[in-house]
Amino acid sequence: MRAFKGVLAAALLSAVAMTTPVFAQDEAPTPPKQTWSFDGVFGGLDLAAAQRGFQVYSEVCSNCHSMTLLHYRDLAGIGLTDEQIKAVAAAVTVPLGVDDQGNPKTGPATPASQFRSPFANEQAARAAMNGALPPDLSLIVNAREGHADYVYAILTGFTAAPAAFKMSNGMNYDTYFPGHQIAMPQPLQDGQVTFADGSPNRIENEAHDVVTFLYWAANPEAVQRKQIGVRVVLFLIFMSGITYAVKRKVWADVH
Amino acid sequence: MAGITKSEFKNPLINWIDTRLPVFTMMQKEYGTFPTPKNFNYFWNFGALAMVNLMIMIITGIFLAMNYQPNTTLAFDSVQHIMRDVNYGWLLRYVHQNGASMFFIITYIHILRGMYYGSYKYPRELLWMIGVVILLIMMATAFMGYVLPWGQMSYWGATVITNLFSAFPIVGHPIVTWLWGGFSVDNPTLNRFFSLHYLLPFVLVGVVFLHVAALHITGSNNPLGIEVKGPQDTVPFHPYYTTKDSVGVCVYLMVFALLVFFWPNLLGDPNNFIPANPLQTPADIVPEWYFLPFYAILRSVPNKLGGVCMMFGSILVLFVLPWLDTSPVRSARFRPIFRQVIWLWVAAVVGLGVCGANKPEGIWVVLSRIFTLYYYFHFLVLLPVLGKLERPLPLPESISRPVIGGGPMPAGAAAKPMEKA
Repeated sequence: MRAFKGVLAAALLSAVAMTTPVFAQDEAPTPPKQTWSFDGVFGGLDLAAAQRGFQVYSEVCSNCHSMTLLHYRDLAGIGLTDEQIKAVAAAVTVPLGVDDQGNPKTGPATPASQFRSPFANEQAARAAMNGALPPDLSLIVNAREGHADYVYAILTGFTAAPAAFKMSNGMNYDTYFPGHQIAMPQPLQDGQVTFADGSPNRIENEAHDVVTFLYWAANPEAVQRKQIGVRVVLFLIFMSGITYAVKRKVWADVH
Repeated sequence: MAGITKSEFKNPLINWIDTRLPVFTMMQKEYGTFPTPKNFNYFWNFGALAMVNLMIMIITGIFLAMNYQPNTTLAFDSVQHIMRDVNYGWLLRYVHQNGASMFFIITYIHILRGMYYGSYKYPRELLWMIGVVILLIMMATAFMGYVLPWGQMSYWGATVITNLFSAFPIVGHPIVTWLWGGFSVDNPTLNRFFSLHYLLPFVLVGVVFLHVAALHITGSNNPLGIEVKGPQDTVPFHPYYTTKDSVGVCVYLMVFALLVFFWPNLLGDPNNFIPANPLQTPADIVPEWYFLPFYAILRSVPNKLGGVCMMFGSILVLFVLPWLDTSPVRSARFRPIFRQVIWLWVAAVVGLGVCGANKPEGIWVVLSRIFTLYYYFHFLVLLPVLGKLERPLPLPESISRPVIGGGPMPAGAAAKPMEKA
């Protein structure tokens, strides 16, 4: 009996261990684990880093990548005030439907506007990008195995292709991209973005900040979710104790 | 049959209603004084937990449906709208999404408990078979629910699973076209899946009612697997099992809360955060974890029709389990060989789950074939033969006297549990 339970325990353990490699990216090394402000049960969000990350997105990523699920009003989630949000939105020109003559019109965005998309549609994006489609970044951290670590690894993983490696025309070599050939040229460089708060802006810092922003963009509820979760679990531990005591009292004379 | 009830209830309003429609008397009989074996362990919580889970799914689902758009161009964004803009929409959605996983965890343990303690044997065969119907409806509901967010894995999962029906000769392809409402998984498919995903849980409620009704005819099995001999073997359902089930509910909610609040996407697939794209197949099409063992059985057979039959057969075989197991002894406690081989079967199912998660290459093909064969061997060969060969241990006389030749029954409340109620 004990032996069989051992077999079962071993099977369960190895089951957990062996389901993991399925999801590993083919031919690419596992992205190294980074330290994030949103790690763990009590992890919050480094708002300053997320705001710097928004700056990186605005100055660099947004030239090619859309974030259609976000609105400027959502930026309150990374600590921007209403005035700041209005100013951010007003500086962006977005399509505003059609005018009285039926002609498309554009104008400054409002807090209710969607983030501006760099291209009108997929075809326009592909035409401008050598046939490649820059993915929407709203959910990118959730949509890739390895999540934040993976996106960080991609942004910092650009390098010259090994001599023996045959590159296709117009492609770039990234250590962590499945198959290593990525259409995106290296987007971030040391010192590319200058932060108002004087934070360091080496490529690692820029990548770390923009991934913090992208994590928030994909999981805007995460901070509130974890805060509620801690309270819910504490309450349930308390309730389990009380309920068990009641059960013991009710059953005291049965056994 | 006709005639008004003499209600015992003191409250005049309750008494007035109960006289004309004796629902209060019924509840009192079925959930108040209902005599229940007094020796349940915590594995007997899982039926009640499944009921709680079904209610949670229906309630969260109703609110999700108020904000969801069953249209291929809107579905993905409408789910994100729920996550971002609807008040506590993320909570509704994560509870519903992880609730499906919790439902299968609970149900699989509930089924395993029934198998270990022989709950499917006379006179509970029909109760068990209704349970298998519940499992099938649950699986269909879960599958269609997974399609609704219209992510990559939703779309390609739906394509792979519906295409299974094309394996049947002659009628196969017309059936698939009919299921799709067209010539590929598209808007008509999404619309009907949404409609059925909303309908089936209420069918489930009806079948669960039958399951509970049948249970209340035969009475519950218990860890000793012997029949109740008299009132000294039972306690009234309330307060004894209402309190014991409450302990289980609290622990269950705790596990559920850990998933929802801290690891809401642990059991999901990152590909489903990418909108469905009919022109791009994901590298691996993997079903949700609760279907992995069946997916492995499907892929272990080199022939498509054979694989489909083996997969459906792996659940259909449960319908005849009461007749495949020839042993008259219910509980594994008194079956020295069965209580060991049942864990081998569990190991085979877990092994199949692992195989289902890995690409069908190399060792995984071999392993999934071995596990599939063992899965069927257990039901079709081992159980029929074991019942004839195995020498069961002596059964206790009654629940109150679990030890053979034990001392006199302890005088006390056990004999008169009603005084407590």
